[in-house]
Amino acid sequence: MIRVSVPLRQAIARLVLPVLIAASFALMLLGKAETVIAERARVALADLLVPVYGVLSRPIGAVQDAIEAVRGLAELHAENARLREENARLRRWYDVAMALEAENLALRAVLNVPADPTPGFITARVVADTGTSYARSVLVSTGPRHAVRKGQVALDRNGLVGRVSEVGSRSARILLVTDINSRIPVQIERTGARAILAGTNGPAPRLQHWADGQQPQPGDRVVTSAQAGAFPAGLPVGTVRIGQGGVIEVEPAADLNRLAFVRLHDYGLSGILPPEQVVPPRRRGGG
Amino acid sequence: MAAGLPGRTVLQRLDLAAHEAAPAALTLVLVFASCLPPLVPGQSGLLPSALPASVFFWTLYRPRLMAPPAVFLLGLVQDLLSGAPLGVNTLLALLMHATVLTQRRVLVRQSFLIVWIAFVILASALLALGWVLRCLLALALLPVLPPLLELGLVVAFYPAFSWFFVRLERSLAAP
Repeated sequence: MIRVSVPLRQAIARLVLPVLIAASFALMLLGKAETVIAERARVALADLLVPVYGVLSRPIGAVQDAIEAVRGLAELHAENARLREENARLRRWYDVAMALEAENLALRAVLNVPADPTPGFITARVVADTGTSYARSVLVSTGPRHAVRKGQVALDRNGLVGRVSEVGSRSARILLVTDINSRIPVQIERTGARAILAGTNGPAPRLQHWADGQQPQPGDRVVTSAQAGAFPAGLPVGTVRIGQGGVIEVEPAADLNRLAFVRLHDYGLSGILPPEQVVPPRRRGGG
Repeated sequence: MAAGLPGRTVLQRLDLAAHEAAPAALTLVLVFASCLPPLVPGQSGLLPSALPASVFFWTLYRPRLMAPPAVFLLGLVQDLLSGAPLGVNTLLALLMHATVLTQRRVLVRQSFLIVWIAFVILASALLALGWVLRCLLALALLPVLPPLLELGLVVAFYPAFSWFFVRLERSLAAP
């Protein structure tokens, strides 16, 4: 180690704090101007931590399940009655769906319409909830060899969760629909009216920019719209409700508070991401 | 150089280094732990961030063990993990460190309640500054409610973190 005189060492020690404070401001500017470097650093840290989180989140999942089970015991009777009723209703819908599917297939055959390709998906485990007061995102563990790409759509079993915003070698970050930077083109299923779903960092994102005279009504189902090529049309997003102060918000269908697994769908849409951030799809199989 | 005093074995030096790194390492673990999935649905993360409480506590009682570079790195890790704009948490943590250093002599002799109140005031001021900075960086008026909830949690968790840190501090004091 270099030997320096005591006064000099004291002077350096006194300088460290102001220099680091200045470095913080420099970081803020760097993060604004050079998003690629910041992203690379984030992805590297996420890749490093995801295996650890993967191990640690398992016992937490077990405790979560235990808490849910105890809570569920109290409402077992009411829940059972509700499920019976729902089951009866769903059976009816099942018959309707089967009839419609048969009819649909018959009509497609008549018209010679090719069937929609079934999109491929991978299922990934949510290992960390990196949400703060200012950003809503989760980290998923994707395994070392995967075909996850930026802009892919993430769904849980009920509906839209968000989209992939960063991809590392074994991790991916999903920007949730509730994040303040999330903007998703949606449409009201009943009327077909288009709108933008804007995250607020709160639990329910808001609807914005609908056409005049097509105001969404509480209870309307909201689905994604294929506008702008960001999302495939018709993915369930949530239900319209009136929030505090008369704001029109959407109650997400996905259980964003308890994400355990998400499906990352590959619809082959480049989305609203800038072209340089979109990697062309990798050819699968055959090599 | 301090570790190079004559008569110290390698093990003793390692022990000393472990002592010196303990507070920052513990804070790092707590920062990582704050991102584990929450036990009760609705929270964001398992714990509120331990960064303000930890920087406050260690700067107050053992400033040598929470040096500015450690504070900076801890803030940076927090920023990188949360995917938020870089630099905000590093700045807030450094300002917390600097402010506590100036008030150390007065605060260190006070009771726990007074120290907690001082933490509440300081944390409120810094989280407010954080909100302003993030609004400036996003060029938008961000919602106020989530940061207020965060402040509530950070303040409410201070006694728990403090209890935990006191245990560690005592074990460090009596090696």
